[in-house]
Amino acid sequence: MKQLEHSVLARRTNQIKKELRQGVKKPYKEVIDVSWGDPHRAGVKPLTFVRQVLAACLYPQLIDSDKLPVDVRQRAQMLLGRCAGGSVGSYTATAGIPKIVQRVSEFITRRDGGVPSNPKNIYISPGSQWALTNIFNILANADASPRTGVLAPVPCHSTTILSIMQQGAMVVPYHLNEEQGWALQVEELQQALESAKGVCNPVALYVINPGNPAGLIQSRKSMQEVIQFVSEKKLFLLADEVYQDCVHGENSKFVSYKRVLKEMGPPLSETVELASFHSASKGFMGECGLRGGYVELVNLDPAVMKYIYTLFSTDACAPILGQIALDLMTHPPQQGDPSYPLYYQETEHIRATLIQNVKKAFEAVNSLPGFSCQPVQGGAFAFPRVHLPPKAIQKAKEEGLKPDTFYCIKLLEEVGVMTSPGAEYGQKEGTYHIRFCIMTTQELMEEFLNRLTNFQIKFMRDFS
Amino acid sequence: MISLQDVNPRVRAIRVSAQTALQSLSALQKDMAQEAQKPFKEVIDVGSGDSHRTGIKPISFIRQVLAVCLYPQLLEDDSLPLDVRLRAQRLLQACDGESVGSYTASSGLLHVRQNIADFITKRDAGVPSDSNDVFISAGAQRALMVVVKLLSRGEGQTQTGVLTPLPCPHTLPALLDEAGVTAVPYQLTEEQGWAVDLNKLHRVLQSSRGRCEPRAIYISNPGNPTGHVQDRKSIQEVIQLAAAERLLLLVDEVYQDSVYGLNREFISYKKILFEMDKEFRDTVELVSFHSLSCASVGECGLRAGYMEVINMDPEVKHFVDTMLCTDISTPVTGQLALDLMLNPPKRGDPSYDTYTQETRFARATLSLNAQRALEVLNNLPGMSCQSAMGGIYLYPRLHLPAKIRMQAKVQGVEADVLYCQKLLEEEGLLVGVGQQGGEAGPHHLRLCVLVPPDMLEKVMFRLCSFHLRLMNGHRDVDRSLTGEDEKENTEHVFNCGEGKSLSSSGDLMEAI
Repeated sequence: MKQLEHSVLARRTNQIKKELRQGVKKPYKEVIDVSWGDPHRAGVKPLTFVRQVLAACLYPQLIDSDKLPVDVRQRAQMLLGRCAGGSVGSYTATAGIPKIVQRVSEFITRRDGGVPSNPKNIYISPGSQWALTNIFNILANADASPRTGVLAPVPCHSTTILSIMQQGAMVVPYHLNEEQGWALQVEELQQALESAKGVCNPVALYVINPGNPAGLIQSRKSMQEVIQFVSEKKLFLLADEVYQDCVHGENSKFVSYKRVLKEMGPPLSETVELASFHSASKGFMGECGLRGGYVELVNLDPAVMKYIYTLFSTDACAPILGQIALDLMTHPPQQGDPSYPLYYQETEHIRATLIQNVKKAFEAVNSLPGFSCQPVQGGAFAFPRVHLPPKAIQKAKEEGLKPDTFYCIKLLEEVGVMTSPGAEYGQKEGTYHIRFCIMTTQELMEEFLNRLTNFQIKFMRDFS
Repeated sequence: MISLQDVNPRVRAIRVSAQTALQSLSALQKDMAQEAQKPFKEVIDVGSGDSHRTGIKPISFIRQVLAVCLYPQLLEDDSLPLDVRLRAQRLLQACDGESVGSYTASSGLLHVRQNIADFITKRDAGVPSDSNDVFISAGAQRALMVVVKLLSRGEGQTQTGVLTPLPCPHTLPALLDEAGVTAVPYQLTEEQGWAVDLNKLHRVLQSSRGRCEPRAIYISNPGNPTGHVQDRKSIQEVIQLAAAERLLLLVDEVYQDSVYGLNREFISYKKILFEMDKEFRDTVELVSFHSLSCASVGECGLRAGYMEVINMDPEVKHFVDTMLCTDISTPVTGQLALDLMLNPPKRGDPSYDTYTQETRFARATLSLNAQRALEVLNNLPGMSCQSAMGGIYLYPRLHLPAKIRMQAKVQGVEADVLYCQKLLEEEGLLVGVGQQGGEAGPHHLRLCVLVPPDMLEKVMFRLCSFHLRLMNGHRDVDRSLTGEDEKENTEHVFNCGEGKSLSSSGDLMEAI
């Protein structure tokens, strides 16, 4: 069902793009696509250091030339030295190149203020989604009666929902509280469990922090409550933390579930089972196309870890360039390195732009009639609520479309902006939303907000 | 806490290949070698089919274009050939945001799929190919997984069955387990160079019908790991069988660019299908797989492949797309590499000469190595090997004496697994373990022969030393073999045949 929303819009977008290429006159010259969480698509430039190292790893002749800074060449040399035959074309160990896995674990320890991390519990995967799917696979039992259940938030991005279902498990939705800034409330988790009684056997709780599409960053207190909850109800905690570098709220700070767990001390810190996911696709690098992610597993039975290995070894290994991207993400240039000034400049620019974008988008959207938006503390998206007039809802019904899909199609056709409808993510009955990416260039965000504003004013007028 | 019983029964049922265990052992041996605890300095891995690992060089054109795509500043570097830079520019235009860091559609970049379709059309002398039938995936195995999962249904007697050759690619059994289908093995005929025997196929198909519902037949051509290349007649027969029994044809054609056998050429299943009568042409469902992990390019680490689906129901194609959404996404660099592999420099392009030289060298190396290794292997007592016509492996048979088989039984492992373990521990050589196994065998090894020529010599030497030692150690002879005798024996086997070793054994001993 969720696929359908996306494909209706996707088809329409392709059609419009085609018409534009053919010179059909429209009130816009190109389509602005902010429906993906894809910074490069939205014009954000890749980081120079990252791309230089990757290029040198692909074409090692560059290591010998002085076209590239010394630290780039040294890093490429170090990494190639860990590749079989000195080539990124060779397979690696299932869990990833051991040196890189070790460096990922060092990063985690540093990030978590010293909480130790064991490389043996880390698997590099082609994107975090794959690792998540594998964990779902371990937990699911499609043949059992009742079936396995996984608690997942509403709203939630559709790939996760699809993965859960594909492993033969059932999704047990828990609603985030929009009026409270999309807060995750334990009462809701409790209610979700209640609703699952007799229907399925819940074994895990999936949280995404910072959120997608809701831009919430959980408070430490909220996270502690979640940990208490999973401990009591014997649920496996799946913490999707891929947006951990996307923090824009002034008073917001990301702290990892692992850190909170360990700081809660025994017995929780030694018994709650946790899988934490991260990736090179988000954050400043935004390298979605390289496919580099990882999972860290905490407090798992060694016998179960054996099956995790089995499952990961059914695929050869993560693409080597993706693995290298993780090394670069976890070990960026440091002060004193030749590449540091440029690196700092580029990341600061992205960070500043992001904060600006969020501010502008928040103000613009909240000042429009028929729109309201919760604060976007983190993540890559804004998920404002659209208060659709009854006439619009009626028109949508007549065209056989969900109301927010109808809105998005109109938005696309009239001002050339591609967003995604709340229907794709799930939302409270009778509410409608759109999601758009905020990791874009400043120019793109301004253009997008202009078009959105013009459209919204006209739309509310037409359907009043 | 989740315990063993809570783990998904389907995951628990995945057969862990012996190769995985050997791989772990290999890591241990490597560490020990580094600490000078072994008579060898490093472990040589010819079990994984990964040519760069042992020193085969990547194709310059491909690496240059990819480097520019990653770091577009290089577009202005005129030490890079013009065609490299132009191609990179073209490819970047095909990427969203002109960056390889952007997501693509789940079936892959349209530009690349169109070029793949063009390649297929040219390869098959005009049989048309449509980009809508081409799906890019993170390696051929992932594409195969998607299709098999779509076929998978039922349980027990009604579970989907897939006919698989014996021997088959070593990753196939686990893949089928994970997808929830029953593997129905059909034996290839070793004495006939591992040819497909239609009668065996028929028999196996009939007898399988009681315990599962066979819905597909998997075959690799050139064969992996056998190296057999089917002739036209053989392919037609398989197609006819698939048509008669309404089986989906899953054809792994990853080694299509590596046929070296005399009087053999690669013809695609699709081409032959389209030369047959309308009743076959329009109805037989065929999926063909190809990938970067092939012979000439060997870019296994870039993780990309594709499948072309013929005569597939559009509804089912739609589901293929859906499934690809939740499967591993293909890295953009891999997608671009596919484009470069299938659309190489043309005569007149600045990179053409180098490109041609490099691919010819890889192909010549493969052919010569296969010949050389075949001679050496066939000269060893207790070993025999069918000649291969294509692919990157040799698949020799071990005729192990009873004593070794008993030892394996006592240790609770297959004899060929024990052989590979000992070979690894004593000589630092990791080969692939064969498939049939069992107590009586037959036992086989899988050797990648796409390695630099001097590496092949090292591999052969280590293998011969070990094998002779093993065979002699179990001979019922009172005279124990001295070190000198052993060395002599090895050299004798080594220097036999028409293809002499490329370096003298003196140099070789030093090198090893």
